Amino acid sequence: MSFEPKNPVVKWVDHRLPIFGMLHHALYDYPTPKNLSYWWTFGSLAGFMLVVQIVTGIVLSMHYTAHVDLAFNSVEHIMRDVNYGWLLRYMHANGASMFFIVVYLHIFRGLYYGSYKAPRELLWWLGLVIFLLMMATAFMGYVLPWGQMSFWGATVITNLFGAIPVVGDTIVTWLWGGFSVDNPTLNRFFSLHYLLPFVIAGVVILHIWALHHHGSNNPTGIEIKDKQDSIPFHPYYTIKDLFGMGIFLIFFSAFLFYAPNYLGHPDNYIPANPLVTPAHIVPEWYFLPFYAILRAVPDKLGGVLLMFGAIAVLFALPWLDKSRVRSARFRPIYKQLFWIFVIDCVILTYVGGKPAEEPYILIGRLATVYYFLHILVLLPLVGLFEKHKPLPASISEAVLDKKPAAEGASNA
Amino acid sequence: MTTTTPVEEDGVKRRDFLYVAAGGVGAVGTAMAIWPFIDQMNPSADVLALSTTEVDLSAIDEGSEVTAVWQGKPVFIRHRTAEEIKAAEDVDVATLPDPQADEDRVQNPEWLIMLGICTHLGCVPLKEAGDFNGWFCPCHGSHYDTSGRIRKGPAPLNLAVPPYTFIDDGNVVKIG
Amino acid sequence: MLKMIKSISAAAVLSVMAITGANAAGGNIDYKSVDWQHTGIFGTYDRSAAQRGAQVYREVCAGCHGLELVAFRTLTDLGFTEDEVKAIAAEYEFVDGPDDEGEMFDRAGKPFDKFPAPFANEKAARASNGGAYPPDLSLIVKARPGFENYLYSLLTGYEDAPEGFELPVGMNYNAYFAGHKIAMAAPLSEDAVEYSDGTKASVDQMAKDVTVFLAWAAEPKLEERKNMGLKVILFLIVLTGIFYAAKRKIWSDVH
Repeated sequence: MSFEPKNPVVKWVDHRLPIFGMLHHALYDYPTPKNLSYWWTFGSLAGFMLVVQIVTGIVLSMHYTAHVDLAFNSVEHIMRDVNYGWLLRYMHANGASMFFIVVYLHIFRGLYYGSYKAPRELLWWLGLVIFLLMMATAFMGYVLPWGQMSFWGATVITNLFGAIPVVGDTIVTWLWGGFSVDNPTLNRFFSLHYLLPFVIAGVVILHIWALHHHGSNNPTGIEIKDKQDSIPFHPYYTIKDLFGMGIFLIFFSAFLFYAPNYLGHPDNYIPANPLVTPAHIVPEWYFLPFYAILRAVPDKLGGVLLMFGAIAVLFALPWLDKSRVRSARFRPIYKQLFWIFVIDCVILTYVGGKPAEEPYILIGRLATVYYFLHILVLLPLVGLFEKHKPLPASISEAVLDKKPAAEGASNA
Repeated sequence: MTTTTPVEEDGVKRRDFLYVAAGGVGAVGTAMAIWPFIDQMNPSADVLALSTTEVDLSAIDEGSEVTAVWQGKPVFIRHRTAEEIKAAEDVDVATLPDPQADEDRVQNPEWLIMLGICTHLGCVPLKEAGDFNGWFCPCHGSHYDTSGRIRKGPAPLNLAVPPYTFIDDGNVVKIG
Repeated sequence: MLKMIKSISAAAVLSVMAITGANAAGGNIDYKSVDWQHTGIFGTYDRSAAQRGAQVYREVCAGCHGLELVAFRTLTDLGFTEDEVKAIAAEYEFVDGPDDEGEMFDRAGKPFDKFPAPFANEKAARASNGGAYPPDLSLIVKARPGFENYLYSLLTGYEDAPEGFELPVGMNYNAYFAGHKIAMAAPLSEDAVEYSDGTKASVDQMAKDVTVFLAWAAEPKLEERKNMGLKVILFLIVLTGIFYAAKRKIWSDVH
């Protein structure tokens, strides 16, 4: 389908800068597999959450003051005096958690359906880059209210870089702009917290570009073969994503309006005090699995390396997974391993939030070992030895096969 | 779908209705969601709470003037001399660019209280200056008389009078 | 889709367990549980309790604890009249200025002022309190695990130290304070204040009242938030329903 605008202004612009044509191809024509399940909605939702965070963030920065003496009170000023300030701030704080929930589901969907395999390796890499940028942004954002958890979180995380041999201390001092976390640190974190979301937006564009080049993966893991297999993105997936977004917004609202501090920590309502560390410091929930891996190693450098390694190995996933079949739907053993891996990640989350004492240390170590075992050993092995189920000839065949069995299920 | 033709027509109607409903309700929701993002730029509760200023008048001698701050803006408080009052009252109102009698601009003729913001483009006029011995705005040459009324120059209106009341037996003025 | 709902719910339950377990760590004390009127979906602050609590704060707590984020003007939210707010504000003195001679001067508080801190700075506060720092109470209810129940338990948790408990001089035993050693002596005693509405000022009553007041101080927009939440969620349910119907219709021709 080619794009032929009727509106003369659109026509005039598009002849010189084919932006409408580009958008039309990306949002209207884009031939999408007709069998995408609701698990595919989380991609659009992640984009939506990025917009929510950028918009609420810009608005909050109109009232926030990045200075150690004023930051805490400026946040309370937003909560108490600014019109709808409480709404905007709770939206932004809970929005970060929602963004991570959506992105984690998006990532696990990719793992289940083998979306990282050729020719989508770069698509997967770009996604991981977005994930890393999100973690940096979220971490620096959490520092801004300058509560106790902000301050001590900043101290602990920046100290990770002190593990680097020889230059570690120099790097940490450089990060801080001083000899402890202080006003210069807060100021640069604010600046970078404002900058990075726009970098994320840029990488998101590349991510979508790469996606649209080869098209979306789908629950069967089989590429689109002919016209029968695909439908245009609009209106089919726009409406499906809007419905998914409605459900998601209800979930978001439940937190936002009825439990806005549930995912936060009480200590962050205490102003930062550089002389007193809270009894039990934990990062935000979305960092807990990595925090657990960090603590699993009784060595500073080792812990830091392993933690970054946990993400680094994900970059190698397309080559570690030897199976020629993408979707776990046709991979009986991988399917089970996948769910064990999910449970392992939940255990890591749980342990990451517990104090560093037995039995959590032992559980954390076992779960960490399994994390790497799954990715580095089990995944390559299972790909070599697993006997997969017969694959359908095409997407439409798979859909037609399912229809009589699942009456009423519109498009599972 | 296994529908026959007449039902198909119904289906089309139902579909159109659903499109309109989805678009309409969605648009309403979006519009409502936008409002907090706009309203957050309006004055916040603490700013609104600071909207009154009290000034002690007993220290201001006849013929002198102080500039108080009200809502971040300069307010001229002038203790006028009898001469100035007479000059202000003697003007033929009909000849003014923005006709207003002096008595409509003051509660007590001795005290002229008005915003020190030129109605042209917002500069602060100089006191006891200009062709009418009132105020003169150096930015673009607007002349105000001893009642703060525009007499010459580009400004369209007289200097504005803020809401105020005399309290404490007239020794203190509360602006706002 | 049913399968998906199942997987998502399972994952959600697991994650909530993981996070709740994580957050519960550290505070292993079971606080006394009170059925506060302002909790729950439709909960609103108990105005008369909060007003009494404001009195307890002013007459008992304010000697050592500030409430620096709370402006007097906001007390009207609790049902105080403008005149009452002015009278409460005027109980406190503020340094203002400089005046026309360049001097700083004292003046009575005005509605736009905030409850002041009783000490000039943390060092002065510690010096007057045997080395302990009485924290500002503006956010205290949100800043402690256990929230309202913690504060209520703490205020009513003073007891004699159990046999063999090592209690340093100047410290008091409290069943609900971390480590049980607290520098603050039991702040409330029978009839420490006289309530104008005739309520008996028992320790339990005062503890509950001041907790309601401080819960409001920490989260003054709670009622506005819940109110808006209800409307937003009802709206979203309708919108999502329409989207679902439209989705069914649009997808009905996909084989």
